[in-house]
Amino acid sequence: MVLEQLLIQALNGIVSGMILALVASGLTLIFGIMDVVNFAHGDLFMLGAYVGVITLATTGNFWVALLLSCLTIALLGAALQVAALRPLLGRDPLTTILATFGISLVLQNYALWQFGPVARKINEPFTGHFQLFYLEYPWYRIVIAALSALIIGGLWLFMKFGTYGIWIRATTQDRVMAAAMGIPVPLVHTAVFAIGSAMAAASGVLFGPLVGVNHAMGLDVILRAFIVVVVGGMGNLAGSVLAAIFISLLEAFASLWVSPAQAVIVSFVVLILTLLWRPAGLFVPTPK
Amino acid sequence: MTPGPRRAAAAYWVGFVIVLALLAAAPLVLPPFWRRFVTEILIWGLLAMSSDILIGYTGMVSFGHSAFFGLGMYGAAAALLTVSPPDLWLALVYGLVGAGLVAVFVAYFATRLRDIYFSITTLVFSQIFYVIIFTWTDVTGGENGLTFRQPRLGIPGLWHASFTPETLHWFVLAVVAASYLLLRRITRSPFGMVLQSIRENEPRTRAIGYHVERYKIAAVMLSGLFAGLAGVLYAIQNKFVAPDFVFFLISGEVVIFNVMGGMGTLVGPVAGAAFFFLLREAFSRFWTEYYLIPVGVIFTLMVIFAPQGLLGFARRALNR
Repeated sequence: MVLEQLLIQALNGIVSGMILALVASGLTLIFGIMDVVNFAHGDLFMLGAYVGVITLATTGNFWVALLLSCLTIALLGAALQVAALRPLLGRDPLTTILATFGISLVLQNYALWQFGPVARKINEPFTGHFQLFYLEYPWYRIVIAALSALIIGGLWLFMKFGTYGIWIRATTQDRVMAAAMGIPVPLVHTAVFAIGSAMAAASGVLFGPLVGVNHAMGLDVILRAFIVVVVGGMGNLAGSVLAAIFISLLEAFASLWVSPAQAVIVSFVVLILTLLWRPAGLFVPTPK
Repeated sequence: MTPGPRRAAAAYWVGFVIVLALLAAAPLVLPPFWRRFVTEILIWGLLAMSSDILIGYTGMVSFGHSAFFGLGMYGAAAALLTVSPPDLWLALVYGLVGAGLVAVFVAYFATRLRDIYFSITTLVFSQIFYVIIFTWTDVTGGENGLTFRQPRLGIPGLWHASFTPETLHWFVLAVVAASYLLLRRITRSPFGMVLQSIRENEPRTRAIGYHVERYKIAAVMLSGLFAGLAGVLYAIQNKFVAPDFVFFLISGEVVIFNVMGGMGTLVGPVAGAAFFFLLREAFSRFWTEYYLIPVGVIFTLMVIFAPQGLLGFARRALNR
């Protein structure tokens, strides 16, 4: 019985860990490439879910809604980057956390104003179940985890082998030299912000059916994503994914004994221990 | 023609006395709503001023000041609820001890990190305390918070009187003004100079031989204690505490006060708090509770175009 519970919680942990990894990898991508701590990332996640609600209501197809939501939020992200972050290029990274915090306030209150405080529902695209011990486990959760892994894997391949991915990595390494080689650096920055925003939107739409969509859902997510990127090592894609799964597993196991609200404390403890012993990140190789 | 240092100092003190006199006269002339408004601004201003020690003087942007503020509030609540009759000075002691303990904890861990990592960890730490207070319903009242009676103003064994809105205002003003003078003295002391040198160039400060970590820990503790003091004042004024005051949106507002008013001036954050609440009043008429939409836009624009804030132009004069 205990073993079955542990296995079920392990599966739950991996599923929520993959979603968290999707959010956190967008955050860490934006940070790694342009030193921007995107406080508004959780709100892009939330707005993505809302756009999903609207497009699902008009088109009736979940996958179309997912795609449209990603495109809309990518455009919004690009606009925000051009308007608010491009003027801050070259200033202290701390000013970007302030500017994106202001954007986050605006977006969150806009959502409250536009959609009201009542949570909206996104219907699952399919409702199949399979037997897992004494539970009917929905297939949808497995699909989310797989899809998140697919998106993150796609991003990794793109960064590793795609021409534009190579542009992005060149910009990270040396902004000035990349510009000298003819890479349009401002455009690369805007594109990266758009990609990160689209990933946030995708996770918002995928996560919507599990929790319901409301204006404050971004706060919870951004906090967990921040913990993940610090534990995983900021700007480190693989580290973030591992940290997201690690923390979600621990929280899932902890919620066997305490309430889910208190299980969050586990991730805080992981953060404190990480800061004590490996402040550069838990999944970063020890520098020689 | 620049004024000599003595004339500048005289001008500074004349300005200080004028502002103090205006604030002291405020409750006698203002209608009740604005009287309360000014008192609240002073309390929020003290909180913002405490965070300026970190943001403006040491160059560490704290996104976790709600933890110190909230623990100051809950500490005061503990004293007012457990000891009968409720005692003002005991509330002050309990609140400062509460905020001080949190400050030790946060200072020890968060100062191991720099820049944005410091911001993120202070944010996460404030959420730890939020979750603990929110879920530990037996002791903290959970989501509903705690209500209690207002203590009486008095000198132990000599004299007692209930707070009226006027005396409460003067009490708050006295505490805030004394805190300001003390903090100003500290920022001008050798200790404060080391903090500013950490802001300007941390590796060089270390190279000169200062133990940077100890100075940072001391700065966070100092800042936390004054934030806790603001929390005690707020608890006494409002006679209730709630987990909302530990939530990180309060920390965010504190950062907004600092940016709007002008970091590194001590009075700037108070002006920023006043500006923020005036904007809130102005926009609430049309936007009701969504006033944060225009305020957020103004804040973002100020970050981009006016990072010095409202009083940034007077930064030199105020720190002389």
